[in-house]
Amino acid sequence: MYPVLAATALSPNVTRLVVEAPRIAQVRQPGQFVIVRRGPDAERIPLTIADADAEAGTITLVIQAVGKSTMDLVEVAPGDSIADVVGPLGSPTELLTTGHAVCVGGGVGTAVVHPIAQGLAALGVPVTSVIGGRSREWVIFEEELRRYGPVLVCTDDGSYGRHGFVTDALRDLLDEGGVDHVYAVGPVPMMKAVSALTLPYKVPTLVSLNAIMVDGTGMCGGCRVSIGGVSKYACVDGPEFDAHQVDFGLLADRLTTYRDFEQAAVARRTACLLPALAEAAAR
Amino acid sequence: MTDQAERPTLTNREKMAIERNSMPEQAAQTRVLDFSEVNLGFTELLAVSEAERCLQCKNPTCIEGCPVRVNIPRFIDLVARGDVHGAAESLLDDNALPCVTGRVCPQETQCEGKCLRGKKGAPVAIGALERYVADWALTHRDQMPLTVHPPSGKRVAVVGSGPAGLTAAGELAKSGHHVTIFEAFHAAGGVLIYGIPEFRLPKDIVQSEVDRLRDQGVEIQVDAVIGRTWTLHELREMYDAVFLAVGAGLPVFMNVPGEHLKGVYSANEYLTRVNLMGAFRADSDTPVLHGQRVAVVGGGNVAMDAVRTARRMGASEAIIVYRRGHDELPARREEVHHAEQEGVRFELQVAPTEVLGNDERWVTGLRCVRMELGEPDESGRRRPVEVPGSEFILPCDMVVVAIGTRSNPLLTASEPDLAINEWGYLIVDDSGMTSLPGVFAGGDIVRGAATVILAMGDGKRAANAIARYLDPEAAKAADAAAAAEAAQAAEAAQAARAARVAEAVEAAKAARAAKEAAAAVDAASRPEGPTA
Ligand SMILES: Cc1cc2nc3c(=O)[nH]c(=O)nc-3n(C[C@H](O)[C@H](O)[C@H](O)COP(=O)(O)OP(=O)(O)OC[C@H]3O[C@@H](n4cnc5c(N)ncnc54)[C@H](O)[C@@H]3O)c2cc1C
Ligand code: SF4
Ligand code: FES
Repeated sequence: MYPVLAATALSPNVTRLVVEAPRIAQVRQPGQFVIVRRGPDAERIPLTIADADAEAGTITLVIQAVGKSTMDLVEVAPGDSIADVVGPLGSPTELLTTGHAVCVGGGVGTAVVHPIAQGLAALGVPVTSVIGGRSREWVIFEEELRRYGPVLVCTDDGSYGRHGFVTDALRDLLDEGGVDHVYAVGPVPMMKAVSALTLPYKVPTLVSLNAIMVDGTGMCGGCRVSIGGVSKYACVDGPEFDAHQVDFGLLADRLTTYRDFEQAAVARRTACLLPALAEAAAR
Repeated sequence: MTDQAERPTLTNREKMAIERNSMPEQAAQTRVLDFSEVNLGFTELLAVSEAERCLQCKNPTCIEGCPVRVNIPRFIDLVARGDVHGAAESLLDDNALPCVTGRVCPQETQCEGKCLRGKKGAPVAIGALERYVADWALTHRDQMPLTVHPPSGKRVAVVGSGPAGLTAAGELAKSGHHVTIFEAFHAAGGVLIYGIPEFRLPKDIVQSEVDRLRDQGVEIQVDAVIGRTWTLHELREMYDAVFLAVGAGLPVFMNVPGEHLKGVYSANEYLTRVNLMGAFRADSDTPVLHGQRVAVVGGGNVAMDAVRTARRMGASEAIIVYRRGHDELPARREEVHHAEQEGVRFELQVAPTEVLGNDERWVTGLRCVRMELGEPDESGRRRPVEVPGSEFILPCDMVVVAIGTRSNPLLTASEPDLAINEWGYLIVDDSGMTSLPGVFAGGDIVRGAATVILAMGDGKRAANAIARYLDPEAAKAADAAAAAEAAQAAEAAQAARAARVAEAVEAAKAARAAKEAAAAVDAASRPEGPTA
């Protein structure tokens, strides 16, 4: 059992959970993730370790509640426990030790680039972060990232920071020159756009792929992705890969495998909750 | 179990007259609707009748066929006498997980394949009897006390909780060692819980075996991936010995175009979603696709499990696609038979060359070719070759690839000093020790995908070797005691032989003396003087 110590809402459907998992907190490295199972009949879901405190024995998970399993997970109240947290899984990020790195985060992906920026800064590498969201309320981890270097914020609607996409801000940085490495994490279309952008500039770019997973140890093959035409397992060979080799179209397609199932599960969940909500509203 | 001792013992002729009893099973039409167990087990009546078929051979060939050398006639005799309790004690002495092996062992190629009665007619149903006795033990646990030895003060780490790890842990705990099992998944059991489906091996049976280990003091740490959560190096520092039983969990794909399409599963993924994650229950949070026409590629137990699972998940057509013929299907015969009963279609001597899909990248079919047996190769085996111009399309909306597994490099790659062979399996010596002192290994990670019973045999052998490694003095003393005992026995045998010889000599002497005496009497009784 892994007790939840704190739960904070970061955005309308994004929650930060601080979970007691001392061993993982002690050995995790940037880029690694855990697989979480809330309770006996729950699904196993992969979540990046957004931050960790080895001394306190805690890890930080940032969860966007989009399906039934994530909705259930963000409802775990401080003091309650999560049944299983296994990890740290995945290969750690290959951090460059010289030059200037740009970390690009979109939406909840910003939480995923956070440990990378943290790791780079610890190695003394200058880091610039470019983060964005649909609007102001979707921008997360700005404070945290400022600890490691300048942060450029973009919003699609211009409600905060620069009006535009993260790729607009990144293009300016690339044009200015002096960008040696880009780490980008976010929705698939964003990572694909970043990859297309950095390719002509020949700037090495790493992305973190959120494939569908079961075990996270290489035994099911469900997380397979195509990298330079070769099949790789995101859970053990990744989750980070050379962006310029990734087949993003395939990833996006495979991510829709259970769309119908998920919609039905969410509908069922809402239907279950409705009477309770109606009752609460009546009172 | 007391008064039955008066049962009359049958003559061999009477035994031979009894026909093999078949185990009751659920009807195929109803069982494909859910995941309840297909085989229902012997009743007491059937078990005793079947046990009476055993001839109690002087040189029981069945034992030779058993990889862990269960004393088969001994427990069967006890069943025939109505002493199930005694049979259970006898069986559990030889085999730590008989509830499991009674259900999943390929008996037809092991004990039953060697049974004398099989030479003329049907062999004794050893597997069904094993299951009967084991299930009795499971439901009468209070009558089966555990013997736990005083703590040895030694700590052993077991990595992986499949049959190899569970068996080793049980044996080591019996010798008083403190055992911790590290398991990557959230539940213990390995293939027994994530692979083999409920309808063939109910999960509560595996669970009660795991519970029994816990009762013996074995600690089970789930959610622990060795190579990630802890390294092997760390385990070696924390424990006096380590047993690696991580299985062969890396799925092999066909390596044909289209395998990335949605609707293509490895058998590992499909079975894990359905079994371990419970996707066969409608209210499970774990999604799985419900194919209507499901093609399963492969012909082993894994393929049979996948195809029969697909039937139960609602597939109106479930098809086995296998490149060799019916006789070559490597699955247990009973599984093939059950699959046939359940309406599974067999496309034999067929090999897929491509997975076909639509614009949204959903599977729509398999492009296949027909195969025939070619010229014998160097090994003398005739390999299947493609029949020219035989290409055809097998329409389907889901494909499960069940053509084997390989070693998962997650752990082995993290320890470069651990010697592996060209396929990535661990190299061990006769005792089961790897190239690292104090690190032992067994099961599928050494043999490649094999069987439950072989994995268990490895677990037992390694546990013995670990006990010796941890306490060479005791091992030497035990060896010396055994040697002394053997010497004593040999001496006694020698003395007995000498006594017998002496006796025989005496007897011969006496006989000669008697003869001489008789001759003397004879001579004396003859008339004096030369005759004739
Ligand atoms: C679907 C299916 C059906 C089968 N049917 C039969 C049958 O009918 N009869 C038969 O005899 N055999 C059958 N087999 C084969 C049999 O199950 C295996 O040979 C046997 O389970 C091997 O046992 P094992 O203990 O070596 O490994 P496994 O049972 O594979 O157990 C290994 C365990 O180690 C864990 N693990 C792996 N890596 C790590 C790590 N790094 N850290 C911690 N834990 C780790 C895994 O999660 C797993 O739980 C079948 C196999 C499958 C897949
Ligand atoms: S070989 Fe067959 S008949 Fe002989 S002892 Fe074994 S089970 Fe009985
Ligand atoms: S999640 Fe199963 S192999 Fe990657």
